[in-house]
Amino acid sequence: MINYQTFDTWWWPYVFIAIAGWLATDIWRWLGVLVGNRLAQDSAALTWVRAVATSLLAAVIAKLILYPVGELQNVPVEVRLVAVSVGFAAFLMTGKRIWVGIAVALSFLFGGQFLLGAALLAG
Amino acid sequence: MTLEPGRSATYWFFKGARGITSLPAIILMSAFVGFCGFAVEAGVPLGEAVFMTGMIWALPAKVLLVGSILAGVSLPAAFITVALSSIRLMPMVAALIPEMRTEKTPTWLLLLLSHFIAITAYVFTMERIRDVPREHRVAFFAGFGMTVTTANIILVAVIYSTVANLPAMVAGGLFFLTPVYFLTSIWASTRERAGHIAMTIGLALGPLFHQIAPEFDILYAGLIGGTLAFFIDRFWKAGARS
Repeated sequence: MINYQTFDTWWWPYVFIAIAGWLATDIWRWLGVLVGNRLAQDSAALTWVRAVATSLLAAVIAKLILYPVGELQNVPVEVRLVAVSVGFAAFLMTGKRIWVGIAVALSFLFGGQFLLGAALLAG
Repeated sequence: MTLEPGRSATYWFFKGARGITSLPAIILMSAFVGFCGFAVEAGVPLGEAVFMTGMIWALPAKVLLVGSILAGVSLPAAFITVALSSIRLMPMVAALIPEMRTEKTPTWLLLLLSHFIAITAYVFTMERIRDVPREHRVAFFAGFGMTVTTANIILVAVIYSTVANLPAMVAGGLFFLTPVYFLTSIWASTRERAGHIAMTIGLALGPLFHQIAPEFDILYAGLIGGTLAFFIDRFWKAGARS
């Protein structure tokens, strides 16, 4: 099977990225343009497409929090969930101020880790 | 593009470019610091990390591609993984295009500019495009999309050698910033009730389908969640009328 390490040349990884990365993403953007060109503004079809796009993004958000990559994996899932929930509540209560939601969520994420660390040390 | 009464296309291009200092753009750049750290950790060389940033642009797709490279999977398998996760770009682009174009906008221009659409550009544009005169919306988007993409390419190139020294907690926070920002900003910029219903259902369906069909979870959650939200909203409206 051809993979990332198949050819020992400088250019092969770039070809690999161009096919598996660039082509794999841009074909959907091009299809989106062709579909979007046929959608009338304020039509029911556009409302449906927008609802599907929103639902997709929501699923991405949930996955980024529940099944994260990188360093976030080392933060317990309970801490992540409490942080995002409290942050979202703060966002709603302050008249949808995005920076408030982010600041509160991050403080709970850091605070939760400190508390857990302290609890582990004490126990 | 012709000069219309009021401001010129150039004005709107730079107005879009100035979006680089907006909250969405700043959050995205922080997320790219997180991605850069991940790429370094995975052993992706500088040139390839920069190339990925420019060519793929969508952050989740890049994370998946790096994951595929790490796992040593074959080219077709990597292509399918990234392509499946990127289907979401299609409805996003399809929803944005009717807001952006005029009857005179050439399709090739939209095809070219669609490369700059990813979640952040979608959120930023949906939030602000209604305040831009229709004939200048393409210029406004081009200004934002090109500036933010270029800035992040430079950012990845510049921080690549220093990012490995980030404390673990900060790196974790950078990965956390993105979902929290998406959650709040998409909620705030959604104009219709159908959108809020779609969001709530999608949040629940994402993890659910991750258990049932992990390769297609985002796709199923989007299609089923979006369709459900669409009909719930319809019935709600019909009920309110009768």
